Amino acid sequence: MKRWFSILLSAFVLTALGGCGYNDFQRLDEQTKAAWSEVLNQYQRRADLVPNIVATVKGEANFEQETLTKVVEARAKATSIQVSPETLNNPEAFQKFQAAQGELGSALSRLMVTVERYPDLKANKGFSDLRVQLEGTENRITVARNRYIQAVQEYNVLARSFPSNLTAMVFSYAPKPSFTVQNEAQISAPPQVNFEKK
Amino acid sequence: MPGVVLRWLRAALLLIAWAAVGSVASAQDLQPVPALAGHVVDTSGTLDAAQREALENRLAAFERDKGAQVVLLMVPTTLPEDIASYANRVGNAWKIGRQGVGDGLLLVVAKNDRKVRIEVAKTLEGAIPDLAAKQIIDEAITPRFRQGDFSGGLDAAAERIMALIGSEGLPAPAQSSQTGTGMAQWLDLAGMLFFSAFLAVTIAGPVLRAIFGRKLGSLAAGSGLGALIAYFSTPLWMAAAAGVVGFLAALATSRTTAPMRSSGARNVRRGRGGRRDVGWASGASGGFFDGGGSSGSSSGGSFSSGGGGDFGGGGASGDW
Repeated sequence: MKRWFSILLSAFVLTALGGCGYNDFQRLDEQTKAAWSEVLNQYQRRADLVPNIVATVKGEANFEQETLTKVVEARAKATSIQVSPETLNNPEAFQKFQAAQGELGSALSRLMVTVERYPDLKANKGFSDLRVQLEGTENRITVARNRYIQAVQEYNVLARSFPSNLTAMVFSYAPKPSFTVQNEAQISAPPQVNFEKK
Repeated sequence: MPGVVLRWLRAALLLIAWAAVGSVASAQDLQPVPALAGHVVDTSGTLDAAQREALENRLAAFERDKGAQVVLLMVPTTLPEDIASYANRVGNAWKIGRQGVGDGLLLVVAKNDRKVRIEVAKTLEGAIPDLAAKQIIDEAITPRFRQGDFSGGLDAAAERIMALIGSEGLPAPAQSSQTGTGMAQWLDLAGMLFFSAFLAVTIAGPVLRAIFGRKLGSLAAGSGLGALIAYFSTPLWMAAAAGVVGFLAALATSRTTAPMRSSGARNVRRGRGGRRDVGWASGASGGFFDGGGSSGSSSGGSFSSGGGGDFGGGGASGDW
């Protein structure tokens, strides 16, 4: 009788220790931080690339100034935001950072479309090299964001589900924000196609 | 009462069926990841046997020589996905590149989309930066692909990729010396068994026997030691052997200190030991990783992924 009691007791203690998920929180918290650093790393890489692109495009006579100015402004805005791992625990700062980076991304893609109208620039070796690098950087950003989303998902599931949510409450592990598209309404609306001449 | 149970059962079955349908439907959206059959995987049926053989031999020789894994994949289409994200998905599913080094490279050709991509694992991003990948595509691949010479384009690309990787100072491939590893493993095993028996006799056995009684205590000591050894990432069969030895040692010492039961109990004991093996084999899976990696990667004949490649989106795409 006593023996069975001690067996049950030790089994209970073991499951209680394993089930509270404290160590899982440590692991996943670090994992999301690492994934977030990689995202920042790749965004920084893109920001570093922009001045070179701008300088090369400026060399082209009579290039549309407006598109270029937008890129420069968006970069200045994106790099002026201070980010750190603590940004993850501040949804507002996270949103701001994401909006600024999104703006830079769309300004850059507009620039790349505009370039199509300048055959000299397209044929420029230096510019096409920069273009390849930008494309590679955008790919890396996509991968890094994707990994961050997955890491956060795992973490948030742990932070919200029972019984680990009690551990989260005791040690104040709040769910972390994840990436979303900024123009959700715009994307979900079907595109208007109009071939009529104005 | 049975009605309630039935209703619950039905609801659960419906839920499972619904989940299964949902997962199938969502999986159909994207192109599947093909099976990694060799260094050259062609699901578009473009290359003939001789061409594939030639490419395969070259890449296999390169892997033996330098250790890096280069895989060529030809598919009809990657739609609805972009070739970049498809290549990244396949690369991370296959994880080509040596364990611990991660030197893998994947060249994807989407024949009907007329698109090609070189996807480079993070380790090789220094050897093949995006610009170099783009150069290979522009100079070696697309001119030949435009003329319909797929095998020639892939051959030229492989040539340049191997030259770039070869000049990078990667660790040399592990020499496959069967006798050496075998010897080391036996020594490992002997040490492990001794260690296990020692612990079972001195610490684990007496303590656990005091708590759980003779048979259960020995059982707990044996399985605990087995799990401990499995945790230190040794192959599972070794840990199992150590667990059995620990169990027997704990039991044997208990008989010398407290001779309680006679030979009739022996069968029961043996039965328990067998059952315990199965029981914790499913629970303690820590030993699986290293065991598989050390023996499987350096076999000469058949190709298997090293499992170490991490693809972070590096590389370049092009079309023809």
